[in-house]
This record gives sequence, C-alpha cells and structure tokens, in this order.
Amino acid sequence: MPKPQLIQRYTPAERVNHWAVAVAFILLALSGLALFHPAFFFLTNLFGGGVWTRILHPFIGVLMVVLFIFMAQRFAPHNRITDADRRWIRQIKDVVRNNDENLPEAGKYNAGQKYLFWTLLVCILLLLVSGIIIWQPYFAPRMPLGLLRLAVLVHAVSAFVAIAAILVHIYAAIWVKGSVRAMIRGTVSRAWARHHHPAWFREVTGSK
Amino acid sequence: MALQSLDIKARSATTTPMPAARQTTEVAKLIDISKCIGCKACQVACMEWNDLRDEIGYNVGVYDNPADLSAESWTLMRFAEVEPQPGKLEWLIRKDGCMHCADPGCLKACPSPGAIVQYSNGIVDFHEENCIGCGYCITGCPFNIPRLSKKDSKVYKCTLCSDRVAVGMEPACIKACPTGALVFGSKQDMIEHAEERITDLKERGFENAGLYDPKGVGGTHVMYVLQHADQPELYSGLPKDPHISPLVSLWKGVTKPLASFGLGLIVLAGFFHYVTEGPKEVEEEETDA
Repeated sequence: MPKPQLIQRYTPAERVNHWAVAVAFILLALSGLALFHPAFFFLTNLFGGGVWTRILHPFIGVLMVVLFIFMAQRFAPHNRITDADRRWIRQIKDVVRNNDENLPEAGKYNAGQKYLFWTLLVCILLLLVSGIIIWQPYFAPRMPLGLLRLAVLVHAVSAFVAIAAILVHIYAAIWVKGSVRAMIRGTVSRAWARHHHPAWFREVTGSK
Repeated sequence: MALQSLDIKARSATTTPMPAARQTTEVAKLIDISKCIGCKACQVACMEWNDLRDEIGYNVGVYDNPADLSAESWTLMRFAEVEPQPGKLEWLIRKDGCMHCADPGCLKACPSPGAIVQYSNGIVDFHEENCIGCGYCITGCPFNIPRLSKKDSKVYKCTLCSDRVAVGMEPACIKACPTGALVFGSKQDMIEHAEERITDLKERGFENAGLYDPKGVGGTHVMYVLQHADQPELYSGLPKDPHISPLVSLWKGVTKPLASFGLGLIVLAGFFHYVTEGPKEVEEEETDA
C-alpha cells in the first residue's frame, strides 16, 4: 500500500510494460546502430556477431512493436494535444531554464512528453513497415528494388529520430527528479505531482 | 598483404585508407555483343570453374536459361528480339553479370567490414565469410546483380574469376568463348580493341555502335560493344545512365556520420544542461501541508 502522501502514477502492469519496451528498444538501438555506421559495428559482438545481429534485430523489433502497442493504447488518452500544450512548447525556454512557475498547467503529461509519445508512435510504425520490407530472407526477396531502396532510407531516418527522442526522454527522466521513481516504484510525492502535473494532481486527489 | 595482384583498394564498412603504395594494372572484360552467338559456353565455363550447379529450372518460353541470375548462376545470356528500326528484326544477346563498377554501389551499401572488397585491378569481390546476409548490397547495385542464397543467406555474384586473374589467367568465360566475343586484358587495351570493333561496326552500317563503359558508376571493368549504343535498353534493359540510386547515396553518404555525431551531441547537450541549469527538484516547502 502506498503511504498516504504518495500518489500512484503507474500500475505494476504499466511499469512492466514500459520496461519491457525499454529493454527491447535498447537492444534494437544497439543492434541497429551496429549496422548503421561502421563506427558502431563492434556492437555486433554483443549479439554474437554480424549474422546473429542481422537475424535477431527484426524479431526483437516485432516483439517491441507488440509491447509498444499495448503501452500506446494505455497512454494515448492522456496524450491529446491541447492549446495549453502549444503554449508550453512556445515557452520551451522557461522549461529548459527550470522556470516552471511560468508554465501552463500540465495534466498527466506535459507537452514535451506528449510530443515524445506521438513522435515515437509515428517512428515505430515507420520502422515496422520499412523493417518488414527489408527483412531478409523472408520478405525482402519479394519486394521491388525501388521499394527496398526507399525502405532502407526510411528505416534509418526514423530510427535516428526515435533514438534521438529516447535520448531526450532518458535525459528528462534524470533531469526531473522523482520521474525515475515514478516508473520504477509507481508512486510520486504529492508535492511532485502538484508541481509538475497540477491538473492531474487535482484530478486524482480531488483537491484544489 | 594478400597477393600483390589482389591488393585491396576499397573495403566495405571501412572508413580508413587501404594500402595504396602500389597500383596494379586495371583489368577489364570486353563483351562484343555483335560477335555473340548465344551458345552459353561462358555460362557452362562459369559453372565449371566456380563449381556451381544451379537447380534445374523450367523453360519459361524464351532462350534464357536459367531464367535469371541466382546465387549459383553468376552469368547469364539474355536474349532480346527487338526492332531498332521498323521491319528490321535483330536478336540481341547480352551476357549479363556483375559489371565490376569503379564506384560500386554494393560496396557502398554494405554494413559489414570486409564483406565486399575492390581490388586495385578493379575487380569487385564478395567475401562471403564476412557477409551477414542483410541484402543491403542488393539495394546498392544499379544493375540488379547480387543474389541472396536461399541455402546460407549470403550474397553471391561474378568474381571476374579473381582467383584466376590473380595468377595471370583470364576468366573462365573468356577462355570458353568460341567466337572471340569475350576478350580480357588491361582496361586500356580493351578500350582500344573496342574502338577497332566500333569502327568496323560503323562501316557495316551500325552508325550508333559504341562502347558501354558508363560514367555514372565511374566506368566499369566489364564493358560492352553495342551495335546500338544510343539505346542500351534494347539489350534486355541495360540501363542507359546507371548510377547509385540517390536514395542509397542519401542513406549511405554523409547522412550517417552526421546523424551519429548528432546523437553524440544530444548526449553531451544533456550533460552540460544538467551541469549548468541543474535538475528540476521539488522544494521541501512544497511537500504537502
């Protein structure tokens, strides 16, 4: 039972879902970067060599997509973009400078988290489609050459955007103290909730 | 170093220079289509020398046999019945296979170090033991040549008999050709030989005869003498101006080092932001009253 001054932010199922996606994403990023540029080719050693990296990457990818779909349909309702979110983005300077008091009130997620969510959703869908097209030896041999060429490019670009977005996501978790705890233990302090997500705080506590 | 005759000039997924102290003679195979009779001796010689036995297929209604290149068929006669001028039927037979580009798209696309190499004599060779089976070379090739084996998920193509050339022999197909349609030698000699053939063809009424050594891929080490060099498409779709697809260049050019650098910058930016602006911590006073 959470102590009375703690608020539950994520259920155990949500946490497990999130971390399963995270582990899969990290494996995908490492194995994908290995084939992205020669500077990262040494990462294939983590997966048992180049051939194993090529074999494993797409299967991990499909697993992550499945896990991500579960997570996305849980989180999507909290990620609708509002006018306040657009103002929040315009005031990004205050966010970065830690001038949080000037910012429009956030609900369960602030605008940055919401845009991250939609960016990852789009990237992962693009990665899924382009990844299936270039999947050797199962699907790629049936695809026309022009489509393969387009798909390898789309796969690389969307992977770059997704990895960049996740780096920002990881940094934000380190930056905003209390966030890591929220996703590991599931709870946040009332002060944390009121400071970072006032609209959500009122909604879950019923207080003003 | 390997054999001098197989000094490596370019190597896939390798960003540092290759040994470049010596330059061996650039070689080339010249295919004179006007002399080809479509006997397929070159196909047989290729199978024999390289110990390849493709699956026996089916007749698909044309002379092409097998119907396409495969991991076990590295060269193939393609037969085209065309009318370059109305009422004037011509049977154009093109020996298809790797062109050994000076600027090889396969090598550029390959992510596995040393799976594709280019020797200083111009031969582009696949080293299957380093191949990871991703098929990127297939997207890189402007001539649609590499084939992924269904047996081992590795790609194969014509080696220009690099093993024979390395010890001063001509490729197996050249040795087998009964009409002299296939010749092999230094690239310079082959260009000169082609010029004589083109002069001859022009005298015989093929005013557009010419050499196919496309500049878009930096020239090739397999060249054709074409009766209709103005219309290479007549020869079973030989591309008029082949070049590495701009999509592949965009994917494999400066984009990837820049993107990798960008990811590093994001990490650094985060670290320095933390150092300068600090974390977002909720003040003690804010704890619930």
